[in-house]
Amino acid sequence: MSPGPGTGPEPETYEEQNVHKVYQQIAGHFSATRYKPWPIVEKFLLGLSPGSVGLDVGCGNGKNLQVNRDVFIVGSDRSENLAKIALQHHPHSTVVADILHLPHRDASFDFAVCIAVVHHMSTPARRVQAIAEILRTIKCGSATAPGGQLLVYAWALEQKNSRRGWDKGDSQDLMVPWVRKAKPGSGEEDQTFHRYYHLYESGELERDIEQAGGLVVESGYEKDNWWAIATPRPTS
Amino acid sequence: MKVITANFVTCAVKECKTSAASFPLHFQDAELEQLELDLQPEFIRNVLPRVDWDSLRITATELGFPALPETKPEGDALNDEQTLKDLHRLLLETSVVEGKLVCGNCGHQYVIKEGIANFLLPSHLV
Repeated sequence: MSPGPGTGPEPETYEEQNVHKVYQQIAGHFSATRYKPWPIVEKFLLGLSPGSVGLDVGCGNGKNLQVNRDVFIVGSDRSENLAKIALQHHPHSTVVADILHLPHRDASFDFAVCIAVVHHMSTPARRVQAIAEILRTIKCGSATAPGGQLLVYAWALEQKNSRRGWDKGDSQDLMVPWVRKAKPGSGEEDQTFHRYYHLYESGELERDIEQAGGLVVESGYEKDNWWAIATPRPTS
Repeated sequence: MKVITANFVTCAVKECKTSAASFPLHFQDAELEQLELDLQPEFIRNVLPRVDWDSLRITATELGFPALPETKPEGDALNDEQTLKDLHRLLLETSVVEGKLVCGNCGHQYVIKEGIANFLLPSHLV
């Protein structure tokens, strides 16, 4: 199980094995441990004007769908099991979709969030493509109206105070274990699953956004993650 | 899948996005479910300007709802309680739990199962 697809199968196959399959298997347990939106995500979503329509790409169990009920969000996830869990968050809606082939029209959404998702894409080109695909769906700004905004989050390489303890200089592509504890007395054993991650280094998320045709409006670091707010670059 | 969702999805195939025939996707063999949700008049009033009305009319007809008015209700019409209730019922309370969404351009069928539409493409369409 070597991290990074460079030497192995096609990236699609690699991600199928080392990301998608794992989330399908750990969906229930994963969801039970993910219930609180991160502060910057919450602030972004609460700052939207009522009636805004947007996307939550890689919505997981839908924890960010519960923040604002005055906007309408189409959540999507690659994992059907997670998308099903996310269905419960009204007035929003959930579908199964691939971040590189989103089922949405060009330039039609007021906002999007993509939280802890692009770091699962296993090549630099696919990470940029993922961001470009979301930016494609966001309304472009004009002389009279500002464009829509995308909030992206990715796991940071620089997190020396975290439980994992990685920092600058460590490998950026790695397999991260997820341990599903067996119920006490069930006679089952703990199970460990490995997910592929690309850890973002300082400045990398901004570079990916620029390459994807976006303009970085604001960016920063919050609790072991790099984040950025982007808007599609005006065409003229 | 709530009915309002159909207004904000299209075919996942890249080439279809430039074709007017790919929007809205067309429901087939749709099995509906009604779910009671609190009416939020402000939500309906605020979201409606983003709704593509012509597409919603097509969707509503395909799902067997009575024909919607030709023009989108706006202004004073959105103070009418019955109008708001009807829209609330159609957009948010009605879900398609089983069925298909079909692209009018390439003909690809997206399956809806247990309320979830699956937009993953087979490898030959990627």
